[in-house]
Amino acid sequence: MVAPIRTGALRQAATCLRQQRAVPTVRPMSREALRRLASTLAILEQREGKLNMSSLASISAAQKLGGSIHGFVAGSNIKTVADEASKVDGLEKVIYVDNGAYDKGLPENFAPLLVENIKKGGYTHVVAGHSAFGKNLMPRVAALLDVQQISDITDIESEDTFVRPIYAGNAILTVQSEDNVKIVTVRGTAFPSGAAEGGSAAVEEGTDPKAECPTEWVSEDLAKSDRPDLATAEKVVSGGRGLKSKEEFEKLMPPLADALGAAIGASRAAVDSGFADNSLQVGQTGKNVAPQLYLCAGISGAIQHLAGMKDSKVIAAINKDPDAPIFQVADVGLVGDLFEKVPELTEKLKSS
Amino acid sequence: MATKLRILVPVKRVIDYAVKPRVNKAQTGVETNVKHSMNPFDELSIEEAVRMREAKKPVEDILAFSAGPAKSQDILRTAMAMGADRGLLVQEDKIELEPLGVAKLLKKVVEDEKRNLVILGKQSIDDDANQTGQMLAGLLNWPQATQASKVDIAEDGSVQVTREVDGGVETLKAKLPMIITTDLRLNEPRYASLPNIMKAKKKPLEKKTLKDYGMEDGGKRLKTIKVAEPPARQGGGKVEDVDGMIAKLKELGAL
Repeated sequence: MVAPIRTGALRQAATCLRQQRAVPTVRPMSREALRRLASTLAILEQREGKLNMSSLASISAAQKLGGSIHGFVAGSNIKTVADEASKVDGLEKVIYVDNGAYDKGLPENFAPLLVENIKKGGYTHVVAGHSAFGKNLMPRVAALLDVQQISDITDIESEDTFVRPIYAGNAILTVQSEDNVKIVTVRGTAFPSGAAEGGSAAVEEGTDPKAECPTEWVSEDLAKSDRPDLATAEKVVSGGRGLKSKEEFEKLMPPLADALGAAIGASRAAVDSGFADNSLQVGQTGKNVAPQLYLCAGISGAIQHLAGMKDSKVIAAINKDPDAPIFQVADVGLVGDLFEKVPELTEKLKSS
Repeated sequence: MATKLRILVPVKRVIDYAVKPRVNKAQTGVETNVKHSMNPFDELSIEEAVRMREAKKPVEDILAFSAGPAKSQDILRTAMAMGADRGLLVQEDKIELEPLGVAKLLKKVVEDEKRNLVILGKQSIDDDANQTGQMLAGLLNWPQATQASKVDIAEDGSVQVTREVDGGVETLKAKLPMIITTDLRLNEPRYASLPNIMKAKKKPLEKKTLKDYGMEDGGKRLKTIKVAEPPARQGGGKVEDVDGMIAKLKELGAL
């Protein structure tokens, strides 16, 4: 197989690159060598024949690695998705596998599918989003390839060195991988989402090992919403325990979200108390968001919550407790009763 | 005949969730001379296993497992006080195992101990990797149901799991043996009562080493280059009223 040779050469090139940093005149050539050698498979997500745009962040991450980038999609009637993906800027090729067995992204057969195609393509890197799909699938792929995956990366320093938050974002780890194939999942909010236009990738059919799937997909219950997707929204309004009840949450938060064109999020306390759906939870164990504006009300700012939103560009908080930890990170803090302030804010935003 | 459940629950000793970790001066890790406890997701795993027994499922035994420093036995005692029958510690004071290493170790434990159900937490709150359960499932070639919020085991060994996904929940069905990882909404872990803590002291706790599993070096693949403090955010001061808030947000370009 070519992969180890390629990786060896790649590592050598990378080492050269590092050593030669002191001699800038040689650097462009080494970088060129690196670009030729890196080849990345970016796992794209699709749902009912539609490409999931937030999965394009993995392409942006792959671009930081240099080298060629192939996209991968699988599912039934996948050709239209593959054609859509071929227009995404940055992709050289789109590999698709048309088989309804992959529609639900079950890792029991999707992982062997990826392993086959990764081996066939001799990729040095495999990149997927750190979404529910990527989290479920990629470690299984990594284990099958005997690779220690690197999860939820927020930056790429070189072809083998990656940056990721640990301890709920309270520390930032830089880690170097010695594996032949680097398998990483990327934090969507840390990379640009990628341009869906301007590319003209070749579209090619992949290998289908048709592994058996012992798991049966039974049903799903997805929260329907016309609002922007929480993970990728430009603006997020978020409510916590201070809202006191589901009725108050539903009375106060949606109008504020509508006034701003924002997605709605919630703290764990609000979700646990039944004020809001689980899928709206922002934090270490929920979603990570990094919108332009994160406006929260009735959230104290526990470290697990801050883990999910402290990379927001502007944080605004309304809380009646002037000592709430949220005010230590908020760019704009308003001490007051949210039951007065939120409706007032909603009204004034609507009329402005 | 009902399938007997032989459950394995891996638990990890981590810095207590309420402690704010501080990066050490040498930038090699975080200060560990702080309060530690069981990884919160692992408490959910133990609780779920114990509830299976309480729901009269045919639970043969519940084995709590941990790999790590000697102090990890405190965590195993906690697991036993919550209802696990026995504990197994792979003591390793120097090497920090990575998820792949733990998964390989667990595969051997599963085989040695003839387990048919492994319930793990979806992630440990220190490394935040969210990998071990999936890796174990891959190594064993078993079905997996991650981020479970509801688990139903039928007489015939078929398991229905509702899992939390982006945007909502989905329900899967598979047959034992299988791997389940727990999400926060699965259950409300109990507090161990004093009598149960006392009883747990008498439960068997076996100690082994990596060498016993032929994994002396732990199989580490990643090298820590550095651990740094995240960029500090400057709390931007407060405003007097709603108008002040809107004005400030406009000034910051957020509106």
